[in-house]
Amino acid sequence: MQYMLLIYSDENNWTEEEGKACMLESMAIANELAEQGKWIASSPLDSVKTATSVRLRNGKRIITDGPFAETTEQLGGYFIIDVSDLDEALEIAGRLPPAKKGTVEIRPLFPLPV
Amino acid sequence: MINSKHNDNQIADLYKQNSRKVLATLVRLLGDFDLAEEAMHEAFTSALELWQPDNLPDNPTSWLISTGRHKAIDIIRRRRRFQALAPELIKLTEALADYNQAISQKEIEDDQLRLIFTCCHPAIDPKVQIPLILREVCGLTTEEIASAFLTSTSTMAQRIVRGKNKIRDAKIPYVIPTIHELPQRLDSVLSVIYLVFNEGYSASAGDSVIRNELTYEAIRLNRLLLTLINDAEVMGLLALMLLHESRRDARIDQNGDIILLEEQNRKLWNQSLIFEGVALVQQSLNSKQFGFYTIQAAISAVHAQSSSTADTDWNQIIALYGILLNNEPSPIIELNQAVAIAMRDGPQAGLNILNKLKHSSELANYHLLHCARGELYKRAEQPEQAKNAFEQALKLAKQAPEQRLIQKKLASLKNKSN
Repeated sequence: MQYMLLIYSDENNWTEEEGKACMLESMAIANELAEQGKWIASSPLDSVKTATSVRLRNGKRIITDGPFAETTEQLGGYFIIDVSDLDEALEIAGRLPPAKKGTVEIRPLFPLPV
Repeated sequence: MINSKHNDNQIADLYKQNSRKVLATLVRLLGDFDLAEEAMHEAFTSALELWQPDNLPDNPTSWLISTGRHKAIDIIRRRRRFQALAPELIKLTEALADYNQAISQKEIEDDQLRLIFTCCHPAIDPKVQIPLILREVCGLTTEEIASAFLTSTSTMAQRIVRGKNKIRDAKIPYVIPTIHELPQRLDSVLSVIYLVFNEGYSASAGDSVIRNELTYEAIRLNRLLLTLINDAEVMGLLALMLLHESRRDARIDQNGDIILLEEQNRKLWNQSLIFEGVALVQQSLNSKQFGFYTIQAAISAVHAQSSSTADTDWNQIIALYGILLNNEPSPIIELNQAVAIAMRDGPQAGLNILNKLKHSSELANYHLLHCARGELYKRAEQPEQAKNAFEQALKLAKQAPEQRLIQKKLASLKNKSN
């Protein structure tokens, strides 16, 4: 079963050292998962200040500066993992450092029709 | 349909005794609630055709599980008649066909536990956990659950479907939690059971027969849980509910009005429930693993064993509230403790605490705080203050029986002053 872990937190709430430590710890978890064949992809995201949104309305492409919604916590990174069930996904999500400051949302990947 | 050789009671009994066990195991084997339910119903239909009233199979549960398994294979094939079976369905039907060994009692019990923990998984909305467990573990119908919670059948049906879909789509596992997860997961099961009980026990509106059914189901579920897990808090919650339940006949008068503990006719208290509750409290306290529910049950046990308020061991009650507060500060518990302190040390001692609590944001608008203040002012012979407090309580009370109780208190003040 594949899940995406969407990592949200207030990006202004991290000192440089905290950010670095979080990155290293997350990379270690990614490596450990990869060794167990449970890692598919993961990456931190650059700040929402760099976000651009696009919408197509009446055939017209509208481009705006910023994320899809202004929120107090922002999507700051993700993992895609392949594990046996929700409990295992919860266990891994709970170990990610941003879980202490923000929120990790777990979403099953919707299986494509064969 | 139903074969006439069985009488209705026998059929109902067989269904009651077996349906939830059969369902729990079929959910594990099939990994799908809807398929398990359909297969279980087909297995019961077969049982009605094949079983002789005076000659049932040695182990009806195993028979039904095994038949349900075969029915599930038929259902899967029927659904897919015009299409090739997907590989995972072929695997499932093969596994089901191979699953031949008789199911042990232990496995059947473990499956019931799995079903309970799955329905109460924290990934499921608490609003959904309650109807889900009442439907799947207790076997109440959606209509019964809806009328107990004063909502429409379609709203309840949607919640149950939402729960089953979440279990399937997010792949919530069908397992008994590991030892290190167990305490937390057990907590959420116990809180669901207690919510079900309180919904049935609280004096709010609704069909009283069905609401009694909820307290009965909560106690039954807790008893089942205790046979499966011998845990102090599982005992504590059962004791707490039994001790509350023991006062059912004494707590409401013919008009449906609330009678407070101190005014209840203690002869109406159900002594056999008290006996059982007190024994469970003792057993839980002896284990030294007890928590919140056991201590609350212990407080309730002190009341249950006292012949009057004057005869009540208030020292012990105050100390037990103190243990609760040390563990987890809560203004509601402070309120309860203050009332007990007033019983021991006189109304002014209680009022000193309550008037401080009045300023806490959480309780400022809590009608029972003002009601308690009114009562203590009355006892302190300060009728004007009592009147103000009761009037404030009346403004804040939402349930009709509570409003009537406060009105009675106000009326008794007037009678006294005349």
